[in-house]
Amino acid sequence: MSAPPPSLLVEDLAFAYPDGHQALFGVDLRVERGERVALLGPNGAGKTTLVLHLNGILRAGRGSVTVAGLPVEKRSLQEIRRRVGVVFQDPDDQLFMPTVGEDVAFGPRNLGLPEPEVADRVAAALAQVRMSDAADRPPHHLSFGQRRRVAVATVLAMQPEIVVLDEPSSNLDPAGRRELAEVLAELPVTLLMITHDLPYAAQLCPRSVILDGGVVVADEPTPEVLSDARLLADHRLELPYGFSPAG
Amino acid sequence: MGAAHGGALTARYMPGGTAVHRLEPHVKLVSVLAFALVVVATPVHAPWAPVAYAGYLLAVLTAATVAGVGPGRLLRGLVVEIPFAAFAVLLPFVAGGPQVEVLGLSLSRSGLAAGGGLLAKATLSVLAATVLAATTEPRALLRGLERLRLPQVLVQILMFMIRYADVVGGELHRMRVARESRGFTGGGLRGLRVLGATAGALFVRSYERGERVHLAMLSRGYTGSVPTGPPAPVAPRSWAVALSLPLAAAAVLAAGMLAG
Ligand SMILES: Nc1ncnc2c1ncn2[C@@H]1O[C@H](COP(=O)(O)OP(=O)(O)OP(=O)(O)O)[C@@H](O)[C@H]1O
Ligand SMILES: [Mg+2]
Repeated sequence: MSAPPPSLLVEDLAFAYPDGHQALFGVDLRVERGERVALLGPNGAGKTTLVLHLNGILRAGRGSVTVAGLPVEKRSLQEIRRRVGVVFQDPDDQLFMPTVGEDVAFGPRNLGLPEPEVADRVAAALAQVRMSDAADRPPHHLSFGQRRRVAVATVLAMQPEIVVLDEPSSNLDPAGRRELAEVLAELPVTLLMITHDLPYAAQLCPRSVILDGGVVVADEPTPEVLSDARLLADHRLELPYGFSPAG
Repeated sequence: MGAAHGGALTARYMPGGTAVHRLEPHVKLVSVLAFALVVVATPVHAPWAPVAYAGYLLAVLTAATVAGVGPGRLLRGLVVEIPFAAFAVLLPFVAGGPQVEVLGLSLSRSGLAAGGGLLAKATLSVLAATVLAATTEPRALLRGLERLRLPQVLVQILMFMIRYADVVGGELHRMRVARESRGFTGGGLRGLRVLGATAGALFVRSYERGERVHLAMLSRGYTGSVPTGPPAPVAPRSWAVALSLPLAAAAVLAAGMLAG
């Protein structure tokens, strides 16, 4: 056999919301196993809409999504949701169980894993995000940054093929932002990261994709994207004051 | 984000390590329920009823002492009883039958017994529930309810209530701060309209949060039931300790029935 199938393959994906608003107009995206890709684009570009297709929450109007060779379809949903770990923007939406440990266990238990294995996965996932001490605490007693990291642990416990993060650095203080970056940099998984934080993309993702108006308008190594002032300006992307993409 | 640490629901819980704290939540639930049943089963018009109430009171106060729940906490627990109390106080005035004179007022004898009985029964049950709430964390109570086979849907609703009470409370608080920061003082018809709009906005926000939480649950393989870990085995001693409260009450009741 040849190389493993790409972790994520999106082909000609188009989608309109039920109210008729068309958000995606034929998106193509291929992410190889182990890659780390930043998904950039202005507000309303369709980034979150794309993410909701990756684990079958929204169903493609046209085109297809394939995760490690398995097409996203109604009958493959359970397996797709194991393979694609989505970390949503507001950790209060993601953490709904009474304690951190139970929350991280929610996914593995839905997979029907035996209890000792569930416990192993919870411990490993919490260790990966450096939150092992918080297993018995209620999520609402944690700081925002800690909750964000626990939200990452909840998907790591599923041992996903690809982790998708929707604006992971938003609302974090500088230390929380750095701590999350340290955690993400060490994760041995394929990563797709939506962000408006261009330095974060530069730090964590060698490759960047710009989505605007529901189509992919750029797909290049991150340093090249960030040093193309014209490209950035055309798509309402801005580097913070004083930041130089050359690093 | 502004979720208050602790929060409204956890405020009822008093952390501790007493024998009562250590009991399994579902064992405590059964105990309190059984106690309340014995209390309610006591016939109000029996002449020995007041003695039985005193016996129950002794039993529940003993439990409170073992649990380290002080008089102040018990009294605060009784606040929920005020509407019942008002009703019970009315009964002697409105009920018919033979009358007695008390301090120049003509009161119904059966109304007095019924009102007094109602008050005593409510008070005793609330005291037992207060001890339960003070010694059991809300989420542990939930697990207890689940072990007692309360339907999953109800358990999940209660679980989300506990989890999101602080989040929604925080949202309400931020909306109030935002209102007042722009000079709103409340009062009058306009005030009511503004509060109505706030309630509407809160409902919409909570509804949308519900949708997002549901998405997040689906994304992790939710199919309708929230799986919990294996239940811990219960030592027979736990049952013995917990059931001593309703058994003591039942003994008082039985004694009253035999003597009466
Ligand atoms: N439930 C919905 N119904 C109708 N239209 C929607 C819905 N959700 C999003 N849209 C529209 O679809 C388009 C893409 O939205 P999407 O949320 O995917 O953007 P985004 O790239 O994630 O933006 P942001 O950076 O602000 O998060 C927007 O024009 C938005 O108004
Ligand atoms: Mg978005």
